[in-house]
This record gives sequence, C-alpha cells and structure tokens, in this order.
Amino acid sequence: MYLPDFDYYAPDSVAEACSLLAEHGPKAKILAGGTDLLHKMKHGELAPEVVVSLNNLNALKEIRYEQGRGLIIGARATQNDLATSPVIQEKYRSISEAAHHMANNQIRHIGTVGGNIVNAVPSADLPPILMALGALIQLVGPTGKRTMLLEEFFLGVHQTRIQGDEILTEIIIPEQGFTGSTYIRFGLRRSGALAVASTAVSVTMDGEICRGLRIALGAAAPVPMRARAAEAVLLNRKITDELLEEAGVQAAQESRPRNSIRGSEEYRRDLIRVLTRRALKKAITEGHV
Amino acid sequence: MAQVITDAQGVKRYLINLSVNGDTHTLMVKGNSLLVNVLREDLELTGTKKGCELGDCGSCTVLMDGKPVNSCMVLAVEAEGRAITTIEGVAPNDKLDKLQESFIDHAAIQCGYCTPGMILSGKALLTRNPHPTEEEVREAISGNLCRCTGYVNIVKAILAASEQE
Repeated sequence: MYLPDFDYYAPDSVAEACSLLAEHGPKAKILAGGTDLLHKMKHGELAPEVVVSLNNLNALKEIRYEQGRGLIIGARATQNDLATSPVIQEKYRSISEAAHHMANNQIRHIGTVGGNIVNAVPSADLPPILMALGALIQLVGPTGKRTMLLEEFFLGVHQTRIQGDEILTEIIIPEQGFTGSTYIRFGLRRSGALAVASTAVSVTMDGEICRGLRIALGAAAPVPMRARAAEAVLLNRKITDELLEEAGVQAAQESRPRNSIRGSEEYRRDLIRVLTRRALKKAITEGHV
Repeated sequence: MAQVITDAQGVKRYLINLSVNGDTHTLMVKGNSLLVNVLREDLELTGTKKGCELGDCGSCTVLMDGKPVNSCMVLAVEAEGRAITTIEGVAPNDKLDKLQESFIDHAAIQCGYCTPGMILSGKALLTRNPHPTEEEVREAISGNLCRCTGYVNIVKAILAASEQE
C-alpha cells in the first residue's frame, strides 16, 4: 500500500508552519503522528498536495506544570508520553490511565494528543477526560493565538472550530481543586479497539457532599458531550449509591448515541448508564485514577 | 529539514541519513515513501513484514529509538535522526539473541510471519522492564497479531527469556 504523491515540508517554527498552511489553503494537511492522516491517505479518503509536518517542532512535545497556569500538555506529546509522564501521573493519573488504554503500544508511540483532538472522532479517548478536567486548548494562526474551552471546540464528526491555517499547540488544565477524576471505556477487545462508549468524570467532594463535577461522554453523540442533566442530579447533594444510579440513568437519557457495527443505540445507552455510575463512584472514592 | 532535490519531471526527493541497525545509509526518498518500503526495497531488509499496512497488525514493527512503532505508518523522511532497529539488527555477529533462542525453544513460531514484530515488541519490553509479569507481556504484544493464534507459546518464550537475565 503506497501513499499518493505530495510535497513534504517540515518547518522549524509554528509561525513558518502557519504561513505554509495559509499559502496552500485546503490543499495542505498537517502531519503530527500520522496514525489518522496516513491511514486516510492510504484509503484514498484524503489526498493532500502538501503535507506540513510538525516533526521538527519539539517544543510542542513538552509536558509541564506552571504555577498559576496549571498543567500544560504540548499537542505533539504522544499517547505514551501522556501515559508515562511523571508530571501527569502526579497531577491527574486519570489522563495517564486513559492514554495507556488507547490503541496498542506501537500506535501509542506515534499517535499524538493533538491528533486525537483535532480529528474529532466521536469515540476518541482523550477528549472526554480532558473535558471533564475543564481543559482549554490553544490554537495558533498567522495572526496570533486564541484559547478556548475544549468542549466548545467540536462541531460534528471530523468538524471543529480550527481554521485551515491554525495549529493546535497546547492543552491547558487550570488548577480547579478537583478531588478525583477518572475515565472508563468499554471496547469490544482490551487492545486495539475503539470505545463503544466511554465516560469521564471529575468531582470536587466536600466530605459526602459533591460541590462540583463534570461528566463527559465519548461515543455518545456526534461530538464528545457534557452530561449536564446528570451533573445537576449530583451537584450540592449528599452522594449515595441511589443518586449515582440516578445520574447514570440521566446521562443515558441525554446521550445521543448512534447504531453501528460496534453497538446499537440501545446497548450504548445502557453502557453509558453503567459507565457513568461506575466512573462517579471511582472518582469519588479513589481520587485521580 | 532534509535537502530537497527536484528532478526534470518536477518530482521532489529528499536526501536523508537513515540509521538502521547501527549503520548509516544515505538515501534519496520521496516525501510519500513509507519507512517499511524503504527498509524492504531500498535496504533489502525484508525481515520486516507487511501485513495490514494500516497500523493494526504489528507485522512491520521496528524499534525507533528503542520504542516499537509500525513502520507502515512512518514516513521515511521522518525517520532521519532516529535509531532504527529491525529484526536483522537483533542478532549481530550471527549469534541469535536469547529471546530468539527462547522462541525456538518454546516453539513460539508457527507460520513465522508475525515473529519479527513479536521479537521486537518483546525485546523493547525486556529492555525497559527486564522482569515483566505475564500481564505486562500480553500488554506489550497486544499490537502484534498472530493469525495462527500461537500466543500462549509466544508469551512463555518472552517470560522465559526474562528469567535468564
């Protein structure tokens, strides 16, 4: 299997990459890890005349904690970088765990967090946990940079708010006082399988009272979605198992899953109910796992 | 970035230095050349197999800076500056690596097509984690499919090689 012809550029700066993208317009595509782009090119779904590689932008691989800003993850960090980063493991082990359970080892060594976001696939594993943690993303274009909430980035399957000449450079998780977070997925195999449904949650507990939470669902709608009605069930309430089940039922109700070869709508809804209840219980009782 | 040479037809080629099994090869590759094809066709290192060519099966696994990757999903031009190890580089000096010996001892080979990838995934695991649990072995080879389904002996072979440390 061979790739169609293209002109390859590997600029040395984000600014240079943006101007190449601006110059070539829709004929150009960004190459980060390539696990999605090359796959689509092999299938003939995409045939960019120009490929702008981020391969030389090593600053975009950085993962660090900045006092006052929070956890900063470079968009080119690979899934295994996230899984093994001591900084992430210390702050939000839930992100490392989510990354560790993606795809398989070979793919995790090249697939990037930025690609997992920008491709905007409903079953992507990293957007739910990052959304649950209130992540912001930074987009850099020829005229400057802008920051937005990750949950506002997605418009539909393969559709986002990114402009053709913009590059996702980093993901920022501001300090928000969470006491726990987790991501649970269900796939048809333990490795190399897309999520049939997934749930990520973050919670801020004050004793038995839930003072804040976010629930984000994957493969539950055309875009990764917040389950706001389910969140409302728990907010400022004393948490009981019955209440967690009620939140699960609510999340299933507000989800909009599709029928596909991996699971029917009905099956996915029931998965969402169970996964939501279990994820909440885990984050409340075990912290960032 | 690599030096670009445009031929009379306007096709661009990139001059790269590829480090494979400790040797540096200076090559001209097109932007769309995949690492697996350059290894097999230009360098004649046909121990690296092509299976699904979509990053699912792991037949084309090579180590890049010690980490297993699917060489069907890597552009050759992007492999410049990385240390590539193929199955041919596992046993220098015609003496088999103890992991290869262990595969033979445990009959961890049926048709043999997945074996180069299995060995490289196993090798990367043992380098990083000399005494893995069975669970860790299974996780490490989960991106390598054996369609003969010979996983039990493959796991035994990797575990046995780890005990020889």
